[in-house]
Amino acid sequence: MTEWRYWLAEQRGTLIALGIFIFMFAIYITNHPAGLTPNVAQTASNKATLLALVAMAQALVVITAGIDLSIGSIFVLTNCLASWLVQGTPAETAFGIVLVLSVGLLCGTVNGLIVLFGRLQPIVATIGTGAVYFGIALMLRPLPGGSVNETLADAMTGKLLGVVPTSLVFLLAIVLLIWVPFSRSVAGRAAYAAGSSEQSAYMSGVPIRRGKLAAYALSGLLAGTGGLFLTFFTYSGEASTASASTYTLFSIAAVVLGGVSLYGGKGSIIGAIFGAFAFRTIGDLMFVFDLDALWQPLFQGVILLAAISFGSIGLLRVRNRLEWFR
Amino acid sequence: MDSIPLFQMEKVSKRYGGVHALEKADLTVEAGRIHAILGENGAGKSTLIKIMAGVVMPDEGRMLMKDQEMSFSSPAAAVRQGVACIFQELSLIPDLSVADNIMITDPPKRFGLIDRRKQRLIAMDALARAGAEDIHPAALVGDLPLSRRQLVEIAKALARDPKILILDEATSALTAADVEKVFAVLRRLRNEGMALLFISHRMNEITELADTCTVFRNGRNVATYEAGSRSENEVVEMMIGRHYSHVFPPKPRAAAIARRPALECRTLSWDNRLKNISLSVRPGEIVGLGGLDGQGQRELLLAIFGVLRGMDGDIFVDGQRVSINSPSAAKVQSLGMALIPEDRKTEGLMLPMSVRDNLSFAALDMLSVRGIIDSQAERQANEDMLRLLAVKTDGLNGPVSALSGGNQQKVVIAKWLMRKPGIILLNDPTRGIDVGTKQEIYQLLRRLAEQGAAILYYSTDYDELIGCCDRVLVLYDGTIKGEFAGNELNEHALVASALNVDHDMGRTRIEGPSS
Repeated sequence: MTEWRYWLAEQRGTLIALGIFIFMFAIYITNHPAGLTPNVAQTASNKATLLALVAMAQALVVITAGIDLSIGSIFVLTNCLASWLVQGTPAETAFGIVLVLSVGLLCGTVNGLIVLFGRLQPIVATIGTGAVYFGIALMLRPLPGGSVNETLADAMTGKLLGVVPTSLVFLLAIVLLIWVPFSRSVAGRAAYAAGSSEQSAYMSGVPIRRGKLAAYALSGLLAGTGGLFLTFFTYSGEASTASASTYTLFSIAAVVLGGVSLYGGKGSIIGAIFGAFAFRTIGDLMFVFDLDALWQPLFQGVILLAAISFGSIGLLRVRNRLEWFR
Repeated sequence: MDSIPLFQMEKVSKRYGGVHALEKADLTVEAGRIHAILGENGAGKSTLIKIMAGVVMPDEGRMLMKDQEMSFSSPAAAVRQGVACIFQELSLIPDLSVADNIMITDPPKRFGLIDRRKQRLIAMDALARAGAEDIHPAALVGDLPLSRRQLVEIAKALARDPKILILDEATSALTAADVEKVFAVLRRLRNEGMALLFISHRMNEITELADTCTVFRNGRNVATYEAGSRSENEVVEMMIGRHYSHVFPPKPRAAAIARRPALECRTLSWDNRLKNISLSVRPGEIVGLGGLDGQGQRELLLAIFGVLRGMDGDIFVDGQRVSINSPSAAKVQSLGMALIPEDRKTEGLMLPMSVRDNLSFAALDMLSVRGIIDSQAERQANEDMLRLLAVKTDGLNGPVSALSGGNQQKVVIAKWLMRKPGIILLNDPTRGIDVGTKQEIYQLLRRLAEQGAAILYYSTDYDELIGCCDRVLVLYDGTIKGEFAGNELNEHALVASALNVDHDMGRTRIEGPSS
């Protein structure tokens, strides 16, 4: 059967991202003095998981043909909140986690409601809400500080059975618990349909609003998960402008690298995960080649451009030039 | 017919702005019959269907389903009531798979999630009912060729188990082999008791398929008859009726005597939508492009203007073979082409920008010195144009969106006239503008021709083609089916040729579309 060909066509973006990641990670490992030891894997995985969570959040919105510039702010806000709440007895810690994740979900829902019912363009709406979320984060943590349940933090950033990085297992769990149900629900399909062709979706009677709202809400939840994980990683909270804006921008880069189309309707958050992994590896490559850290932004930019150009080869086949502008 | 009809529409009207798209239209649809709707461009067919499918709400009138009055507030509501529609512009989502698309409104679920295996079985069943077993349900719709997509669209409608199935030009993209298959499917559905509403521009398809026919003209239903009870000539007469007449400038007696053509195309072909088109336009001549909407006229103009890639055939300007690969190459002084686009809002104007900016866009190179715009020369040129075309505007600085439709269209034309083009291509420039402005445009075109311009003019209005053009070429399915000039240039000939009916014979010789 030709079954696998259709599967391949559908997963093309994700597979290219996986390929790019494996290629870069292989270069990294072969040049690493220690090779692929559990410790090396653990460090790489912890750093990559932060960006992966934020990129997954971004991917959900991008699939609906939107873009979320408040992702980094939600990430920072939930980090600051977690540095107050996620501590104490196991019960208190659990309650704190639920609260932090609810705030993430709420932030995403607010974004979705404004975009849907305020009829604002996502880019503008989320610049506004992002500033508000960051403002709240600043009030929570005017100065860096706070703490987190360290037993839990160490467990989440450690290794399972002494080999597998816990953070990877955590990512896998999120994919199974959030992405798989979403992608197979009516709301998930509506999100794709709205991103691919909103007119056709409307004409077909697809529940566009439900789909988009679900995508924005889950996006907030994932960004909140990212904020929580950042707290496990740093043991503290900080309302840092730098992390808010870099994570927002990197999430967009990772999403594109992961084969999610900015025009919407195409790609998956699994692709975004590999996109985030690949993007993180660029930074690690600098380390093994002993390049000055000053070169990192330039180097990252060049690699990103090369990878993205690779993905837009399809434009050469267009026969009506007006389609370039669609 | 004493039983209650399946669906009735009574005195339904719809206005867009001041234009009556439908005026007190009636329609009765019976179960187990194929009902064809005929009419010219703009006769109200599309509006009728949009109302039935819940896309637009009627201004007045009522609809009855099995004697129950009802109204559709959205396409989804119409589907729930058993009306499924296959639109001319497809309603498929390109980035989803065939199976996802077929089951888009109501997928089968298990534990609250979409049951993909079951969805796939239903999709395969629907594809089989649509005679498209060979389409793989996992294929992405965006990767399928147009004719396959149309079959998916039919399968999608069937999966909803409709009582009434509307097909709006649903066969226009199909190959001859697919048409046969689809027709067999449609007949089977009819025999199963479904009501089918069939809109097609292809007369032979209607003769072959329909049980009942209704003719629309100017937003009203003018006649309903049993299929086969009227000759094709009579049908064409009913479709034409009598129109309001325009005032056209007199045509020169012997236009453009045997001079070298300014524009010549030889065997142009593109993407199976233009097939072997050869034509020439001489200076001083207005050549019309006719035919039903969407037969390749738009593509032909785009091809000449350098927008399409991968085109076969040659284009000659003033006898020189040229290869034009973009609009900016087409407009250079040595070629001197201009294309007045069809949709002024997206392809003609930058709506929020000022009248001045819009007027100058196409001629910036002529108004600037070393990249700096000479504002003196610009104002002079702009004012000349406003005077020449009598554009009604508060001044050059206001946004062009504040002008009326007719004046906006004048700005689009003016911006190209600033280049003093020798070859002017027009894509239905009078659509949706008032009669007064239309007449001004006719006069202007004739004046430009007298000054030596070669004009290729596509219009969906037959009156315009007859009144304005020296010659008219009728396109059908991407080829030129007929050329009319002088006394042969009349409405009957144009309509008959557009429908690909041989009007001289008035009998039944009909050619199918070449595949």
